[in-house]
Amino acid sequence: MHAASAFTLSGRDLLGIEGLIASEITGLLDLAEEFVELNRQIEKKRTTLRGRTQINLFFEASTRTQSSFEIAGKRLGADVMNMSVGSSSVKKGETLIDTAITLNAMHPDILVVRHHASGAVALLARKVDCCVVNAGDGAHEHPTQALLDALTIRRNKGRIAGLTVAICGDVLHSRVARSNIILLHTLGAKVRVVAPSTLLPAGIESLGVEVFRTMEEGLKDADIVMMLRLQRERMAGSFIPSVKEYFHYFGLDELKLRHAAPDALVMHPGPMNRGVEIDSAVADGPRSLIREQVEMGVAVRMAVLDTLARKLPNA
Amino acid sequence: MRDGRLFSRDPRPLLLVNARVIDPSRGSDFHGDVYLAEGVIKDAGFGIAASGVPDGAEVVDCRGAVVAPGLVDMCAFVGEPGAEHRETLASASHAAAAGGVTTIICQPTTDPAVDDPAIVDFILRRARDTAVVRVHPMAAITKGLKGEEMTEIGLLQAAGAVAFTDGHRSVASAQVLRRTLTYARDFDALLVHHTEDASMSQGAMNEGAFAARLGLSGNPKSAETIVLERDVRLVAGARGRYHAAALTCAESLAVLERAKEAGLPVTASATINHLSFNELDIGAYRTYFRLAPPLRAEDDRQALIRAVASGLIDVVVSDHLPQDVEGKRLPFSEAEPGAIGLETLLSAALRLVHADQVDLVTLLAALSTRPAAILGLDAGTLRPGAPADVTVFDPGMPYVLEPSMLKSRCRNTPFDEARLDGRVLRTIVAGATVYEYV
Repeated sequence: MHAASAFTLSGRDLLGIEGLIASEITGLLDLAEEFVELNRQIEKKRTTLRGRTQINLFFEASTRTQSSFEIAGKRLGADVMNMSVGSSSVKKGETLIDTAITLNAMHPDILVVRHHASGAVALLARKVDCCVVNAGDGAHEHPTQALLDALTIRRNKGRIAGLTVAICGDVLHSRVARSNIILLHTLGAKVRVVAPSTLLPAGIESLGVEVFRTMEEGLKDADIVMMLRLQRERMAGSFIPSVKEYFHYFGLDELKLRHAAPDALVMHPGPMNRGVEIDSAVADGPRSLIREQVEMGVAVRMAVLDTLARKLPNA
Repeated sequence: MRDGRLFSRDPRPLLLVNARVIDPSRGSDFHGDVYLAEGVIKDAGFGIAASGVPDGAEVVDCRGAVVAPGLVDMCAFVGEPGAEHRETLASASHAAAAGGVTTIICQPTTDPAVDDPAIVDFILRRARDTAVVRVHPMAAITKGLKGEEMTEIGLLQAAGAVAFTDGHRSVASAQVLRRTLTYARDFDALLVHHTEDASMSQGAMNEGAFAARLGLSGNPKSAETIVLERDVRLVAGARGRYHAAALTCAESLAVLERAKEAGLPVTASATINHLSFNELDIGAYRTYFRLAPPLRAEDDRQALIRAVASGLIDVVVSDHLPQDVEGKRLPFSEAEPGAIGLETLLSAALRLVHADQVDLVTLLAALSTRPAAILGLDAGTLRPGAPADVTVFDPGMPYVLEPSMLKSRCRNTPFDEARLDGRVLRTIVAGATVYEYV
């Protein structure tokens, strides 16, 4: 059935949401809808990527994203190989390029790359002949996360344009926030960010978001409350005083959620720090879309892999 | 304001008549009466007594003495918890009352440091139960005063901390201070920062000819100006409210002036000691004059006085720092720095008025209205409805400071045996007389 949608992206790679136009995003979401249905069947296999080699090259530990890409590739019939490269064993720049050249010589068709440094995936993409999917680079972009979030929102709200989305928490270190801000903007949503000033990058307003420093104001009448993980492992210094104070002022509990619209829905890219940025009662509550987000992740990644494969030279 | 034992008492209404009423919050200075009842100022004006004494009111003839808002001392160390042998909230509050101070802002450099909401709560409860004046704690900027990680500014403020300071320690890391200023801005919290670079402040006194003569190692003024310059640039970026805790030299005043002209949220204090003495007062190694930051040259003292007169320096503080005999009866370079000052703050400051260097309304503003405004306290005013925190003093009454009459637990005052003009006659907190000169 997906053969019916024959659209392609303008670029060879998917390095970020930035640069995608609205029709490309909705095209990917439409295709992903079809894979959602497929994934709920007993027979989930397709042959679109038969014969293709997909390498998941992860320079940073990941469980859900890596397994999601692996399942997506396998369901489309690709041969999937996972390469986890501990960041400690990598000596930055030159070795990254060497790795790229080495892998390239093995003729993969799709490289799915996560790296702890912003811009590293784009750097690697310039050195290889296959198509590259950014699975998260530093605090820059995580395009498939933004796509799966958009799909989740669209399926639950019926639209994205005109919604008010509050992205809350550690925006400073979050690639999820950047990709989501760009995507939601492109599709016509109103985006807010809510965080203490120390967790907001300077000049965040220039991305076209409204900035709030309290949850009470930032969540007011929001349709979607998107929580971000407090990236404690990235905090070189002291950005917040303590987890206790952070949860008190910025942790999403039912009291704070009351400020949002009555039918507001809650999202979180995972993995969650329960009791840090989100209360368990909310995370597991009736307004949480968190489990659905994971399901949409596989579908969106299948859509991305399928679409990119259409432009491979020998396709 | 606060429901304390002292403050919940219902004192007899008080009518202060025949007074020179000075309210720096309104710039007024006139001969009149002040009526206090139910813990608040009911009226301050002309001829209140002439229209009849209110029922049950006690009438006090001030005989021309000044009635002014009670002093708000923005910097006083109280040894509770951890150094009760040097000062308790009770002893500090009696010293304050004797000096016309109705609100003490106590420092977080206790043991343990005030870096946890529970300790703020402890101090407020102890003060409620034992102190005769109002007490508001400042909390630490960084955990354990170590200069590394910011404290829970939101929760500490919610518990009652009125500002944040690491006491007589500068935060060495610019990044830590920058982030803390940025974070504090979200809570509109005030950071009070000691501007003295620790690595350049290992000496015992001001660097210069006198230090050379005494053979003491000196602290250069640049130890202060470098930190202040840095801080002003951090404030320009972070925009958090900032108060320089104790400026001592002319060079710093130039930095402060530029910051204020640029519209930055920067204010500053000078201590009564730096307005009263210069480095020569150290004389023959008198350890009561060992202070941090150190006493500077006479030119610097004169510049500070001019800055108080012009309002460039917002606040005058006692920098009350009790040290016991063991801490002071030592060679100068080994003695603990600091001086007590709550009881002598007003008398010493009046010297500037008697020398025609600062007018009385401006001085009282720097001792009450300005610190109250900077800290967001309902104090420093005689406006009807404000808490009845009032000091009555005779600005001309001479006396010699006898150490034996001090109410502080320590005696380390540089005004030891000094001749002072201006004596507090009565101190009133929440309408109740907590000190009376007899």
